[in-house]
Amino acid sequence: MLDFVQQVVSGIALGCVYGLIALGFVLVYKATEVVNFAQGDLMMLGGFFAFTFIGLLGLNYWIGFAAAVISMALFGMLAERLVVRPILGYPQFSIIMATIGLGYFLRSVVGMIWGTDDFKIETPFSQGVVRIGSLVLAYDKLSVIAATIILCALLYVFFNRTMLGTAMRASSENMLAAYYMGIPVKRVVSIVWAISAAVATCAGVLLAPITFIHSNVGLVLGLKAFPAAVLGGFGSIPGAVVGGVLIGVIESMAGFYLAEGWKDVAPYVVLLIVLLLKPEGLFGLHMRKKV
Amino acid sequence: MRFMFKTDYEDDIRLFPHSGYLISYGSLLVLLVIAPFVLSSYIVSQLVFVCIYATVGVGLMIQTGFTGQASLGHAAFLAIGAYTAAYLQQFNVPFPLYFVAAGLLTGIIGALVGFPALRLQGIYLVIATISFALIVEEILARWESVTNGNEGMRVKTIQLLGTAVPRDSPTFYFLCLGVLILTIVGTLNLLRSPTGRAFVAIRDSETAARSMGVNVSLYKVKSFAISAAITGFAGCLFAHKLSFISPEMFTLQLSIEFIIVILIGGAFSLHGAVLGAIFIVMIDPFLTYLKDDVPGMIAGMAAALGAGSERAAHIQSNVAAFASANGLKGAIYGVIIVLFVLFEPLGLYGRWLKIKLFFQLFPLYKRATFKRQKIYVKSERNR
Repeated sequence: MLDFVQQVVSGIALGCVYGLIALGFVLVYKATEVVNFAQGDLMMLGGFFAFTFIGLLGLNYWIGFAAAVISMALFGMLAERLVVRPILGYPQFSIIMATIGLGYFLRSVVGMIWGTDDFKIETPFSQGVVRIGSLVLAYDKLSVIAATIILCALLYVFFNRTMLGTAMRASSENMLAAYYMGIPVKRVVSIVWAISAAVATCAGVLLAPITFIHSNVGLVLGLKAFPAAVLGGFGSIPGAVVGGVLIGVIESMAGFYLAEGWKDVAPYVVLLIVLLLKPEGLFGLHMRKKV
Repeated sequence: MRFMFKTDYEDDIRLFPHSGYLISYGSLLVLLVIAPFVLSSYIVSQLVFVCIYATVGVGLMIQTGFTGQASLGHAAFLAIGAYTAAYLQQFNVPFPLYFVAAGLLTGIIGALVGFPALRLQGIYLVIATISFALIVEEILARWESVTNGNEGMRVKTIQLLGTAVPRDSPTFYFLCLGVLILTIVGTLNLLRSPTGRAFVAIRDSETAARSMGVNVSLYKVKSFAISAAITGFAGCLFAHKLSFISPEMFTLQLSIEFIIVILIGGAFSLHGAVLGAIFIVMIDPFLTYLKDDVPGMIAGMAAALGAGSERAAHIQSNVAAFASANGLKGAIYGVIIVLFVLFEPLGLYGRWLKIKLFFQLFPLYKRATFKRQKIYVKSERNR
């Protein structure tokens, strides 16, 4: 029983990282209907920025964290301006390809600049545990869970209660109509990319104590975050986190109870089953077709 | 300026609409036939890869380009074809038999994948195909009694009509070329049949196709099956060309390469599949060239421009270090994909069509002819 709880907790912590990446997918998707295949790589780049600020320049953890988030937000805007804006409104497939290209580019450039080794960021959460009875919870995992809850709540309020959030939802429904109503659609899209890059950076930095960061970590985790986003319904912020946690728990359960090899496949098997039964995901909206 | 005068339907669907086609394709065929006797063995070997990639490209084009069902899982189909061939070969099954078996089995699996994919579209379909490919990759690594796991399988030389066909021989090249040509002709025939027109109708509007009486589910599954079967045939040749296969060859990376083939070649045309395959296979020799020759050339240029010999040597070593940097191939891939999506969305073949039209219409060519329409409304985007 204790093993079980332990597995669930570590699954939830891992799942929160997936959830944070999935949150980035969902943000961009909600605002622009673009599926950003480079989201994992943005997370990886954010991790490397933080590593540079904290590990190489020796800044304080929190200052370095903030610097990484801000610089990645700017980078997100730059990527949007250069790659995504010219093709907004084109078929989804083109945009997916463009973001795949962006991901390729980021991975190899990071490999060329920082090298292909594994890196570790020293954080205040790296050591230390909380004991509840005989249950042992590490700080790094708890920090991920706490940060996910805070970020998720902030974003939820932002999307549903603020003017900018409403503008984002409007431009997602119909960019043209939103533009006619006085919403600066281009700026909205660029802000969304900044936010999603910032969220990705948070994921990257929080992840650092749990696994090492290296130039391919974005691809590996990004591929896990996809099932998370799809399970959640690709357009629902709480859905993304719930999907991420589900995937994380399934993965750690499969790793613990099933034969070797299931750990990597189980999330995808679950994903395919869910897609078969409910093609729009667990929290997705069914979209009517216009002929 | 040539005016095509068509009097009946047969004229409209002819494979070679006029004699110009026969002349140009005929001369291309002649060039391809004499190629292995003229070119170096390395280039011929690359040409074999071009044929294999182009065959996969044609298969993927049927599914993605003509039926509009995106797939990022074709490496899995290639793997199934390759492993079927390698497995059956152990039992001394003759080549023609396991070649057909590889295609058939992959086609059946493609159809089985097609059924659940019927309900999915857009991004969900992309993710489902990625999941399928990852699962297949894992199965190949774990099902050791059949696939020999991560140690991989050796593939013996082809025995055809009692003679061996080594993988670097001209005969192997002709075999691959023959398969490619047969695939292309078969696909052209398919596309001018009711089935092919149903595919295109589904791509353009599923609802419209259904209301015209097209059985959407049936044709989607057919498209999956045909596309997978072609990829399976290519997989059999791929296994023989490499002479060794293991699960880590058939990763998502390869699936993305196949998508790049049809993206760079230009969606919606078979020419595109071949052009894209040439492009993606020839990147490697190009990068080798970059590593070997370009640093010296740039240093020579710098010396000619008046830089001292020491400085020229410095430049040469810097450029050489950059050209042999580890991730350069990935970065070039990335930049190429983005540039194509941004500036040449119709691909290489689209560029060729534009140039052709420019000369046909000479002073009257308008850029807007090839402009795509932008869609800003969600409900229309989600077709």
